[in-house]
Amino acid sequence: MPSRRRFIAASAAAGALAAAGAWSLLAAAEEPVIRVVARRFVYRPSVLRLKRGVPVVLEFTSADVVMGFNAPDFNVRTDIIPGQVSRLRFTPDKLGRFTFLCDVFCGDGHEGMTGEIHVAA
Amino acid sequence: MAGSIDRRQFLRLAGLGGAVFASGLARAADPYGTGTGAVQQDEFYFVQLSDTHWGFEGPAVNPDARGTLPKAIAAVNALEVQPDFIVFTGDLTHTTDDPAERRRRLGEFHDIARGLKNPNVRFMPGEHDAALDHGAAWSEFFGPTHYVFDHKGVHFIVVDNVSDPAARIGAEQLAWLEADLARQARDARIVVFTHRPLFPLYPQWDWATRDGDRALALLMPYRNVTVFYGHIHQEHHYKTAHIEHHSAKSLIFPLPAPGSLPKRVPIKWDPAHPYRGLGYREVEAQPRPPAFAVTEFPVRG
Repeated sequence: MPSRRRFIAASAAAGALAAAGAWSLLAAAEEPVIRVVARRFVYRPSVLRLKRGVPVVLEFTSADVVMGFNAPDFNVRTDIIPGQVSRLRFTPDKLGRFTFLCDVFCGDGHEGMTGEIHVAA
Repeated sequence: MAGSIDRRQFLRLAGLGGAVFASGLARAADPYGTGTGAVQQDEFYFVQLSDTHWGFEGPAVNPDARGTLPKAIAAVNALEVQPDFIVFTGDLTHTTDDPAERRRRLGEFHDIARGLKNPNVRFMPGEHDAALDHGAAWSEFFGPTHYVFDHKGVHFIVVDNVSDPAARIGAEQLAWLEADLARQARDARIVVFTHRPLFPLYPQWDWATRDGDRALALLMPYRNVTVFYGHIHQEHHYKTAHIEHHSAKSLIFPLPAPGSLPKRVPIKWDPAHPYRGLGYREVEAQPRPPAFAVTEFPVRG
């Protein structure tokens, strides 16, 4: 019966979508989230310990003024706006220690507002 | 300027050493595209001073913070043949959160710069001057933060990549640049003054302009382009395709070579070699042979 076949097909598709959605949620839930607070002229934490090939979500907030987060070696950056949470997802693809910095001039001390990403195997 | 310039005489008169090189900036036969044939181009030179950071205090890196700029100005005033003009490529003052203090520093700097024998002085802001108020205070003293002028057959373009604290030139200024360049012949002699490097010299130390690639793309069709900038507190020379980029020394403290140390911290003052790493620059525009010759000078106590 055509109408029943359509119903079954629709149900199967919905089931597949639900399964895919659940998988995505599961994967997202498994990704480590690191919360970073930017405050003139420091990041807390200032060292981000990551694993190569493992996606990570960085969540930034600002305790005072507009800041930036820039990790040039991974070609990722975001603005950090007071009152908002800035999320940045990326997957480190190389081992070592890499500088990140504030790339939005924020005052006397801006030049020293840096941190490090440590990527291990 | 009477007669031709003897660069060696400048070196002797100043009593200072320095590297000299030619930029290879070729002469334009018709820099404005007038189609009227060769345009008269005189030999001339200008002086570049940069990153004076008036208001900075840090005895460990410069115990003569209030004396270094006046010494440099005295050295320029002592040149037997005065430059056609003097340009300050940004960070005239050291940043402060206090708008009144910012204006006080800018005012003091303005007064000191008036001590230059040659009144033909060009200014542009650095991020320390302009980023915290988008250039508002700086413009009260010095006018527009980006502009153009012409001098003896050379077209000078001042690009502001600091009034936006995110180090962007911005779409509006890029459109202005594009419109200005459209009026130039492809072989025009073009000099760009800016504060930050237009190319990504070392982004890990914020030595870049976020949309500098767009400015360079606009400049790329022009065959004779040279960029003079500051920001990195040291002499540095680089080429992106045919475009030359020359950074100037600071007049407050030197910074390490790009990436040579974990952090970009000022180099400490060496009592055995006071003012080492500080200085100013002469840039000589020569129609024949076609080139700019650049000379670096330290500051002497």
